[in-house]
Amino acid sequence: MRFAALDKLLALGRANSLWPMTFGLACCAIEMMATGASRFDLDRFGAGVFRPAPRQSDVMIVAGTISKKMAPAIATLYDQMPEPKWVVAMGNCAISGGPFVFEGQYGIVEGADKFLPVDVYIPGCPPRPEALIEGLLQLEEKITGSRRFPRVEPQRA
Amino acid sequence: MNESINIPWLVGSLVAAIAFVALNASMLVWLERKVAGHIQRRIGPKEVGPFGLFQSFADGLKLMSKQLIVPECSDRILFKVAPLLVMVPAIMSFVVIPFSENLVARNINIGLLVIFAFASVNVLGLLLGGWGSANKYAVISGARAVSQNVAYEIPMLVTVVTMIMVTQTMNLNEIVLQQPDIFHWYIFRLNASPLMPVAFLIFFVCSMAETNRAPFDLGEAESELVAGFHTEYAGMGFGLFFLGEYANVFIGCSLATILFLGGWQSPFGVFPGVWWFLLKVYTLIFVVMWARWTFPRTTLYGLLNLSWKILIPISLFNLVLTGVMLKVF
Repeated sequence: MRFAALDKLLALGRANSLWPMTFGLACCAIEMMATGASRFDLDRFGAGVFRPAPRQSDVMIVAGTISKKMAPAIATLYDQMPEPKWVVAMGNCAISGGPFVFEGQYGIVEGADKFLPVDVYIPGCPPRPEALIEGLLQLEEKITGSRRFPRVEPQRA
Repeated sequence: MNESINIPWLVGSLVAAIAFVALNASMLVWLERKVAGHIQRRIGPKEVGPFGLFQSFADGLKLMSKQLIVPECSDRILFKVAPLLVMVPAIMSFVVIPFSENLVARNINIGLLVIFAFASVNVLGLLLGGWGSANKYAVISGARAVSQNVAYEIPMLVTVVTMIMVTQTMNLNEIVLQQPDIFHWYIFRLNASPLMPVAFLIFFVCSMAETNRAPFDLGEAESELVAGFHTEYAGMGFGLFFLGEYANVFIGCSLATILFLGGWQSPFGVFPGVWWFLLKVYTLIFVVMWARWTFPRTTLYGLLNLSWKILIPISLFNLVLTGVMLKVF
């Protein structure tokens, strides 16, 4: 039996309806809200349905600094999400701790990948909404294996 | 009116009803996201298929292929039955709705009664879903859904009783046949009761509240109750609640159309048919979406006050007035 076609169809369905979880941790969340609002409109890609319950969401956008107090709650939320699920680390704090990495630092988890399997890293402090959209497109590329739009190359002077 | 039961016709119309519910829900989800987008100065889904038309199919595929979670402490049977209790009565109600003069599965004399009998099962599904998932937010939401449905069922039924007094039949097709053109639509029959437009408004608001649509969607208020009664439902369980909600919206709007706006009759008396029915129903559904994305969510006491202090007295007054008018003229 060949299930490749079915797999491809399911991957297309999943990639085109990535419902994120409604939660933000710090200033990156403000950029995430801007991404969902009228100027950048995440809903164009079918990813604008921010679901309030973890049971109904597919993507966890870790938007902001993860304090050690918050980390267990985030882990619980991740465990409550049904498979298949993905994690996007948005911003420098969620990637590696960002500006909070210094000697004697006691309250911050240095990166979401210390306790979550992160799929896409979006650098920036905070990343612009375009960067978040690009991150979600990267996640779609990871799911389907093909890219929706041509990649934007930086211009040479 | 009642011939012998035609089995192939019944099976065919059941399949058609299920297909229609699914297609209607997927198109309404797309329309809702588009309407929401344009009201909020966004575009809404546009990248998935032409105009984003395949968006709901992508959502459906994803929901169907998600892991099904049954929480450990939940009541397993109730948890699994609740989405069906929302979905199945909604499909059953389609049996008596006349899409056109002959396009009705069973043209029975108690059509209105059948619809309201099935529609009141809906709230049981919400309550059991909230109770069965053993989640405090879901239980609160279930209790809210019940108090809301009880409060709004009364003015709705009183209005319907008024309409039955005027039409003197519960057969939906006959009610439509009594309204051949726009001057005979019951919303404009001011000689039957001067409050007919108000009765239409009461009916419409109540059907909006009965189907838990915003601004009356207290059951799923994200700011206080996570996601309400479907907090614990993943994948297609949640999808079924959604399908049921959209099917109920369609039934509420088609009842408003049949009772007040002449059903499948054309406004000018020419070319009556299913297209007029669908046109009127989808216009009403657009108004429902418009209201949802325009008004903020009400508070619980505001909601109950609206029903008990405004809608019920007016609908009771309308009932008495209509009775007097019928007796005098």
